[in-house]
Amino acid sequence: MFKLKATIIKDIRILLRDKVGISLMFVMPIILVVVVTSIQNSTFQLVNKNRLSILINNSDTGQASKQLVKAIDKIGMFRVSQVKGPQTEKSITEIMHQRDAMLGVIIPANFSARVSAKSKNIAGKALTSFGLQGDTVKKVYDVDPLTLYYNPILQESIRLSVKGAVGSALQLVESRETLRSLYFSINEKQLPESLENEMLNNKTAINEIAVSKDGTRITPNATQHNVPAWTIFAMFFIIMSLGGSVVREKVSGSFIRLKTLPTNYMVGLLSKQIVYLLVTILQAAVIFSMGIWLFPFFGLPALNLPSDLLALVIVTIICGWCAVSYAICVGVFADTQEQANGFGAVSIVILASIGGLMVPSFAMQGFFKSAADISPMHWCLQAYYTLFLEGGKLKDVVNNIIPLFIITLVFQFVTFIGLKRKNLI
Amino acid sequence: MAVSTPLAIDIENIGFKYPGNSVVSFSKLNLQIAKGERFGLFGPNGAGKTTLISLMTGLLSVDEGHIKLLGQEVGKHNNAVNKLFGFVPQDFSFYQELSPVENLQFFGAWSGLDKQTIKQRSDELLDILGLDEVRNKPVDKFSGGMKRRVNLAIGVIHKPEIIFLDEPTVGVDVQTRHAIIAYLLELNKGGTTLIYTSHQLSEAEDLCKQVALIDNGKIIAQDSLDKLMADHKQESLEQMFLNLTGKDIRNDV
Repeated sequence: MFKLKATIIKDIRILLRDKVGISLMFVMPIILVVVVTSIQNSTFQLVNKNRLSILINNSDTGQASKQLVKAIDKIGMFRVSQVKGPQTEKSITEIMHQRDAMLGVIIPANFSARVSAKSKNIAGKALTSFGLQGDTVKKVYDVDPLTLYYNPILQESIRLSVKGAVGSALQLVESRETLRSLYFSINEKQLPESLENEMLNNKTAINEIAVSKDGTRITPNATQHNVPAWTIFAMFFIIMSLGGSVVREKVSGSFIRLKTLPTNYMVGLLSKQIVYLLVTILQAAVIFSMGIWLFPFFGLPALNLPSDLLALVIVTIICGWCAVSYAICVGVFADTQEQANGFGAVSIVILASIGGLMVPSFAMQGFFKSAADISPMHWCLQAYYTLFLEGGKLKDVVNNIIPLFIITLVFQFVTFIGLKRKNLI
Repeated sequence: MAVSTPLAIDIENIGFKYPGNSVVSFSKLNLQIAKGERFGLFGPNGAGKTTLISLMTGLLSVDEGHIKLLGQEVGKHNNAVNKLFGFVPQDFSFYQELSPVENLQFFGAWSGLDKQTIKQRSDELLDILGLDEVRNKPVDKFSGGMKRRVNLAIGVIHKPEIIFLDEPTVGVDVQTRHAIIAYLLELNKGGTTLIYTSHQLSEAEDLCKQVALIDNGKIIAQDSLDKLMADHKQESLEQMFLNLTGKDIRNDV
C-alpha cells in the first residue's frame, strides 16, 4: 500500500508540473464545450431568436403574392427583406451574397392570376360535384413553381424545414383563394374576413412535450445535449496526456531501473489509473459546474443536473475508468509518444463519431448504427442522455453501464496481454 | 579461477542471443565474483558489457545456463533477487520533473523501504553526495555531474549488497568523479560488492581490485589488476587493453 501511495504521489507531482498536459485536459475541453454549445444553441433557437434571412423578389402585383409574402413573414422563422424589380437567378444570388442572405425566393409575375384561376377552377369543380352550377375557367394554367435559392452551407434538415414552411405559406394562400371563390360562387358576395380567419387560422394546436422517465418536463436545449456529450469527449481526450505519459515512462531511463526493483510495474499502472480517474472526475465536475453557473453569463441555458445524482456519479466514474483504461492500453502498445498521440487523437474522434457525439446514433444507417455499439462513448452518451434528458434513474442506465464495463474490462485485458508480450510485467 | 570466499555472483555456462539476431552474444560463459569484491568489467564497444549486466540484473534472460546472485537464481521480475542489488544505469534513470528528494521517496518505496528509512537514507545520501542544497529543486535544471550523483543515490538508497554500475562517471568533471569513487569505496569497505563497467580505464586503477576484459562475448583476461599487468608485461591497463583487443575502432549496434 505504501508503494502505491508513493507512486500516486509521484504521478500527481509529475502531472501538476506538466502545464501543457493540464491545459490539454481542462482548458481545451472547456473551450470546446462552450464553443460547441454556443453554436448548437444558435441552431436550437433558429426558429425563435436567430431567424434565417430570406430575400423575396415579388414580380407579381396581385393580392395572392402579397398574402404569400405576409404568410412567409408570419411563420416567424425568417427575417424577410424584399428586392424590387425583375430579377434573374444570377442577380438574386448576387444580392444574396451582398446581404448575407441564406435564402432567396422569386415569385413569378403571373402568380396571383394563376392562383386565382386555379382556385376558381377548383371551386367550380367542387360546386359541380355538390350538384350546384358553378363557374369554370375554360383554360387553366398550372401555377408556375416558386424558386427557392439557398446558401449551400445550410444543412439538409434546415433546408427541408424551410421548404416545408414556405410550402405551408403557399398552401394557405391557395386555400384562401379557393375558399373565397367557393363562397362567392354560392353567396355572390365576399367572404367575411372574420369567417375567413376563423376557417383558415383556427388550426388545432400542437402541444410539444418532452417525454422523461421521471415525469419531469425537461425542455431539451443545447446545454443539456452538449455538456454531457463533450464531457465524455474531454474524458477520452485524456489519452493525449496519459497515453504519452505511459510511453514516456516506458522509453525513459527510469523504466530500466523500475524493472530491476522489487515491485511489479502493475503498481505503476494502478497508480496511473487512480490518478487519471480522479482527473476525469474532476474534468466532469468542472464542466458540469460551468454548465450550471457560468453558461447563463454567456447567454446559454443553464445545465440542469439529473435528479439521481448517485447515478450521475456512478456513470461518470465508469466513463472515466473506461477512458483511462483506453489511454493506458494505447500507451502500452505505442512505441513512441508520436504514435500514442497520433493514434489516440484520431481514434477518439472516430469513436466519438460512431458513438453519436457528432451525429446522433439514431440518424446513422446500417454498418455505422451497429458500429456504435463497440464505441464506449456511445454507451457513455446513452447513459448521460438517459439521466440528463430523460430524467432516468440508476436502474434506467444499467443497460448502458454493463456494456461500458465490459468494454473497460476488454481494454484492461488487452493492456495485460500487451504488458506480458512486451515483457513489462 | 577458483574463488575461496562466498560468491556474490556465479555465472555458469550461460548462452544468450538477442531475439532475431543471428550473432550469439554469449556461449558457455563462466564468471565468478566474490562477495565484497570491487570488480571491473572492461571491453571495447559492442563487447557485451551492458548485455552481461542486463543478464545479471534480470533485464534480459539467459537462453541457457544459470546466473546466481548471492546464491539466488536471477530471473525476470524476481522480487527476492531484485532486493539484493542496486543498479546505476548509464542513462539517467529517474524522473527529471521531480527533485532529488522526491525521486528518492519514490524509488525508495519501490525498493521496499518504509517512510522513515527513506527519509533517513535520503538525508544521508544527499549530504554525502553534495546535493543537500538542491534537494527540492527539479532535476531537469541540474548539470550532468549533479544528475550522475542523483542517479547513484537512487541506486544505493536501499543499501544493496551488490551494486551494478554501468559507466557511473561518464561525462562528469574531476570533482564529481572523485566524489562518486570515494563514496563507492566507502560502500565497499562496508562489504558491498561493486560490479563496474567503464571506458575510463584509469578509473579501474582507482576503484577495482579485480578486472575482467571482455571482447566478442568472451572473457579474454581476468585477475587482479597488478597481476594482469605483470602477466602481460604492460605498464598500463590501457596498453594491455589495446594489445588484447586490437586497435580497430568498434561500432556498438
